[in-house]
Amino acid sequence: MHADSARFPDNVTAARRDPMLLGALQRLQRDARAGRAEVIARLPEFEALRDAAREIRNGALANLAANLERFEENVIANGGAVHWCRDAAEAGAAVTRICREAGARTVAKGKSMVSEEIALNAALLGAGFDVVETDLGEYVLQLRDETPSHIVIPAIHLTKDQFAETFRDAHDALPEDRSLEEARAITDEARGALRDVFLRADVGITGANFLIAETGSVVIVTNEGNGDLAQSLPRTHIVVTGIEKALGTVEEALTLVRVLARSATGQEISAYTTFATGARRADDAAGPEAFHVVLVDNGRSDLLGGPKREILRCIRCGACQTVCPVYGAVGGHAYGAVYAGPVGSVLTPALSGLETAKHLPEASSFCGACEAVCPVRIPLPRLLRLWRQDAFQAHLGPTALRWGLFAWSALTAWPGAYRAAGAIGGRVLRLLAMGRPRLARLPFAGKWTGGRDLPVPEGGTFVGQWHRRRGK
Amino acid sequence: MPSDTETRATVGFFATCLVDLFRPSVGFAAARLIERAGYRVVVPRAQSCCGQPGYNSGDRDAARRAARRAVAVFEGFEHVVAPSGSCAAMFVHHFPDLLSDDAGWEGRARALAGKTCELVDFLARVAGWRPEAAPPAAGSITYHDSCAGLRELGIREQPRALIAAAGAPELREMEGPDICCGFGGTFCVKYPAISEAMADKKIDAIEATGADTVVGGDLGCLLHIEGRLSRRGSAVGTSHVAELLAAGSGDGMGGD
Repeated sequence: MHADSARFPDNVTAARRDPMLLGALQRLQRDARAGRAEVIARLPEFEALRDAAREIRNGALANLAANLERFEENVIANGGAVHWCRDAAEAGAAVTRICREAGARTVAKGKSMVSEEIALNAALLGAGFDVVETDLGEYVLQLRDETPSHIVIPAIHLTKDQFAETFRDAHDALPEDRSLEEARAITDEARGALRDVFLRADVGITGANFLIAETGSVVIVTNEGNGDLAQSLPRTHIVVTGIEKALGTVEEALTLVRVLARSATGQEISAYTTFATGARRADDAAGPEAFHVVLVDNGRSDLLGGPKREILRCIRCGACQTVCPVYGAVGGHAYGAVYAGPVGSVLTPALSGLETAKHLPEASSFCGACEAVCPVRIPLPRLLRLWRQDAFQAHLGPTALRWGLFAWSALTAWPGAYRAAGAIGGRVLRLLAMGRPRLARLPFAGKWTGGRDLPVPEGGTFVGQWHRRRGK
Repeated sequence: MPSDTETRATVGFFATCLVDLFRPSVGFAAARLIERAGYRVVVPRAQSCCGQPGYNSGDRDAARRAARRAVAVFEGFEHVVAPSGSCAAMFVHHFPDLLSDDAGWEGRARALAGKTCELVDFLARVAGWRPEAAPPAAGSITYHDSCAGLRELGIREQPRALIAAAGAPELREMEGPDICCGFGGTFCVKYPAISEAMADKKIDAIEATGADTVVGGDLGCLLHIEGRLSRRGSAVGTSHVAELLAAGSGDGMGGD
């Protein structure tokens, strides 16, 4: 599915008609809820760690320019190169150029959301390179020509059977009667197919969870080990990441690692936490000959200088997506954006423009479950509300809503009139209800009564009755 | 417990739009509880809305006007109480934010924030009140934690403590009592399909407990859940926590 944010309302309708998707989402949310509760119960200082993580990220953003410059100096000292890119086009061009200069044919990719953000696969395929995703979920998505629907569990919208079916179509050299019933059989088959890619690849591309200024290291936090192979086997390693990932010290990264896996997958720590520092040295047994870091801005500097800068604290754990009841009702693809869920609804208007993405900040009940789990305490509802304010000022919402708000605001300035109007409205509803407690249908209220009966007011107003009964 | 004559202080009661216009009986139940806890209740006629519809729709100016009006009407009381977590959270968190760049109003908003409480939080924590009589047997109940009360005001144990102190009825916890019911103010009509899906998950969890009534502290959530329960043909009833608690401590000052 290649949906876009402007069609969010239609995407919602389609998602609600997809029973496989809804089943997958229900399982995700139920399991994640239990898993998170368990892993946090074992770490009493988790809330204090969240505070520490927030302060580390705030400090890193406050010193971002200095951290990035120091990071670059150390990367160069370690024999690598840093490429600064303003936007997706520049970043795509930089990676393409590096691949060309490396004389590459095959490119093995570790999981990277920034590479999705800059549509890197399309750029590389267009330039004639053979690009293969090596994360299991991303690999299946590439075979199906789909995009990730979750930051850390990209193929969460698919069932095991859909994985198996995709492999049967793609791996047509394998025996047709092989069993793909067990998850293990599916991962073994992927492993077999990808082993060859790793050995053949001339370039490995990974993302980054953190960049460390004091050492020039790039940290990836993974579970499958494919990222490690992608960054150590090919001759050239390219890191593609956002500028906001830079931290000062290794110590800071280690604290963030403690909240990251717990928030992302309910693990105490992921299977692999790997530090890549520069190109292979003379006496190293293995490693890439060339090491490049492509730093992508793509709207981040603008966010940094504005009122929504707190979104840049994000460490991409996906917890806000996993917990969000709206995400749970429609899945990631409905958002029509690289980043779905609460974090995406804050980021996407910054990346693609508010006019295109105007539906996303509206797609929240402001329940606050996202902020309650965010490991770096990003006030996501507050940031969504800021986008709603921008949309209101830019007149991007429906005119009817605008007039409704105007009438409401005017009326509430006159409490007597407000109450009188409310009481008249209540009387009308009571007349229509003819003694029933609820209305099943009401003209102009179909958005409510389409799926819910409308409870009828008791009659009168509380304030009016109170003063009548209690005297003056 | 103090008797009704040993009145301790005056509470300015903010009814909330939905209680004022839809369920006056919840307002009377809430006021009676506050009086039972030993306070005098005053209901200012000049109150209207806390400004949430504008605030959450991006109309910050309208929300600021609502905030200034509420501050002016309620700042003279020793305590301010609202039978809703989301409206109380406007007073406690959002008015100071809305008026933060308004020198004449910021301090007043902060002062009001410091003395405003949601109803059960006020009864259980500030007043230290416990119900003296059990509500009439009403079968079993389950409790829905409304989002703003829970996550903005920390209301989770307070209603449960009051219900437990009342002795009855039996409280059967649902799976995910803290998960949003899908109301969300204007959200429920902006995205009805998502809102209804969220309500269905909530109602599945409610029905799985076998409870007769779902109780909560926010009328918005309760009307939403009631509307969807009714559409599904469910026999489960809804009740505001004020009604449940007041039923057992009655002195005939009820609504209808």
